[in-house]
Amino acid sequence: MNHVLLAIVIVPVVTSIATWWTPPAISKVVTIGSGIALFLLALALIPSATAHSYLAVGSVLRVDALSVVFLVPTTFLYATTSIFAAGYLHLPEGEAGRRYARRFFVGLNVFCWSMAVAPLVNGLALLWVMIEVTTVISALLVAIDDTDGATEAAWKYVILASLGLGIALFATIIMYYAGTRFFGSSYDPSYNKLLSGAHAFPKDVVRLADVLAVLGFGTKMGLVPVHTWLPDAHSEAPTPISALLSGALLATSFYAILRFFQVSVRCLGPAFPRNVLLIFGLASLVLAAFYLLSQRDLKRLLAYSSVEHMGILAIGMSFSAPLAIVGVLLHVIAHGAAKGTAFFGAGSVARKFKSKDMARIRGGVGLLPWSGPMLVLAVLALSAMPPFGIFRSEFLIVAGGLSDPRDAIAAVLVVFVTVAFFGLSWFTTKTMLSPVPERERLRLGRGETSWLIVVAMAVGLVGLVILGVHVPGQLNELLQHAASQLEVAR
Amino acid sequence: MPHAAPSTFTGAVDVIAVLVLLTEFAMLRAPMLRSQVRLYAFQSLVVTALAIVVAATRHIDEIYVLAALSFILKVIIVPRIVLRLLSRAEVSLAGSSAFSVATMTLIAIVMSVFAFFSVGALHLQSTALPSAALAISVAVVLVAFVLIILRSDVVSQAIGFFSLENGVSVASLVVASGLPLIVDVAFLFDLLVAVVVFGVLMRIHHGRTKTLSTDSLDRLKG
Repeated sequence: MNHVLLAIVIVPVVTSIATWWTPPAISKVVTIGSGIALFLLALALIPSATAHSYLAVGSVLRVDALSVVFLVPTTFLYATTSIFAAGYLHLPEGEAGRRYARRFFVGLNVFCWSMAVAPLVNGLALLWVMIEVTTVISALLVAIDDTDGATEAAWKYVILASLGLGIALFATIIMYYAGTRFFGSSYDPSYNKLLSGAHAFPKDVVRLADVLAVLGFGTKMGLVPVHTWLPDAHSEAPTPISALLSGALLATSFYAILRFFQVSVRCLGPAFPRNVLLIFGLASLVLAAFYLLSQRDLKRLLAYSSVEHMGILAIGMSFSAPLAIVGVLLHVIAHGAAKGTAFFGAGSVARKFKSKDMARIRGGVGLLPWSGPMLVLAVLALSAMPPFGIFRSEFLIVAGGLSDPRDAIAAVLVVFVTVAFFGLSWFTTKTMLSPVPERERLRLGRGETSWLIVVAMAVGLVGLVILGVHVPGQLNELLQHAASQLEVAR
Repeated sequence: MPHAAPSTFTGAVDVIAVLVLLTEFAMLRAPMLRSQVRLYAFQSLVVTALAIVVAATRHIDEIYVLAALSFILKVIIVPRIVLRLLSRAEVSLAGSSAFSVATMTLIAIVMSVFAFFSVGALHLQSTALPSAALAISVAVVLVAFVLIILRSDVVSQAIGFFSLENGVSVASLVVASGLPLIVDVAFLFDLLVAVVVFGVLMRIHHGRTKTLSTDSLDRLKG
């Protein structure tokens, strides 16, 4: 399986270099090919990641079930987003269009590379390095449209995310220091090493590292109260980038938190790391649910929905039942597919109406015969409607939570997920299912802006239905295996 | 329990760490952007000196390499990039803050005291470890936060982030000097990429607003 692992690291790099030279039309095709190839490679890793406790290439790359759980949604979004981007981008003629396309496709491929490699590197220090790379590349991509909003959002994003990562770096150093008490002053902070010695690390130091890691990486994951950059960046970025930021990048930061969680649980026992995640998770869920009720901008609405779902992930990790942990991991994959599809739909609507303002969008389903209804379905999927994947994952989380001694939290979870559902469905009903005003029908006409957008959305919805109706056997084994790696081995 | 006199190593490390913190305070009150960049270069130089002291006393040759790299990057390249941007932008004064310099310094002192008490509460009893230096590095990080939050121009905010990284470097040299060299080099490479990206974003910002102030960045909310 080593060659598969190496291919995942190399293919996007080659694609990025190629798209620097190729004309826009070819860049689109090459990027789609690279995205699909990476998704297939990630799927190919599933059986061996389930069969072995981990696979390593040299001292730098290491993959286990938990890594693959995060690799799958990232590469899935890489594939679907590149299809969507090919249909969504409207490039100006001539040199300006070529320059934009070059920046966009090189940036997109490097961004996806960094997100795909982050779960594959071995050790907390290298993981921090990869997440910093995702930040700086995505900040440039947020700013690429060169509007006032994009410039402002990119600056806020890069400053706040860097501050968060500064804290996360401190957490990494502190965790390394905790290890020096056991391994001596010089050692390689690989996962195996940290996990093998964690039981003997000094507890106060690990507590500090855990809190700083949740706060630091939580800034990038969008946990309240350090989420403030998120709605700006996710709404002002070009829509393909928004889809990747919301669906894949937030999950990558969550992955980093889980790695710290893994070590902390071995050292401190489960109570402390779970409580830290619970506090941030509840704050995120509650605040985001209320913000969802008062949004006017379609993409901002989806961004706050991401904060809500990150809150659900953090709360899910605070439950002791293994069922809830499986639910959390499934939720990572399902949320990636659903949020990506919803952003594709929002992009289609924004292209059609030339606005993201929900007060101006009316009769979306009437004017967009395919992507309109699919956007409604994607939003229903985000609200945990069956038969979509998020229904299953949230069901598992809540079922696990009800068997927890603190079962009241599961009830709180359900209440605020319902509030969020009202927010999401109220606005989509008003904008998408309302009758088409006659003036708009004449001005805009009925029809799709690009069939590629429709294809990308259809792929996302098919994935969500598969996850909801019947999780394929091997994926299910992978999730169980990854969940067992996160459990307390004592 | 009687306290033993600190060793030469501990004393040297503590003095250098205090210098880093004092530079951070100086940045907080520097009104000119250029002097802020120079203070950052000086602070990086002090951190490089700390690296050499650690390398010499603990006999870790890899840290000499790290010291050389961090000298080239943080003392020469980063200040160069920012100064070039400043001369293009033709702006010399830092953005005004909501608070006076005295208030900002007071807030920073409170943060530093907080850092000392919180690190003290951890009870890191270790003979080889200058725990005062660790507390100082936490203080540097917190004062950098104050700088970034209270200053309202993009250059101060960027320099604030770079100096925060210096604070983390102090911590890393003091408590994690055994980190593999490859990891340290990766950290520095990351910093370089971050500097370039900050530079690009600052130029885009200046290109759109014709100022370095962040006062106009208040459109997105809710």
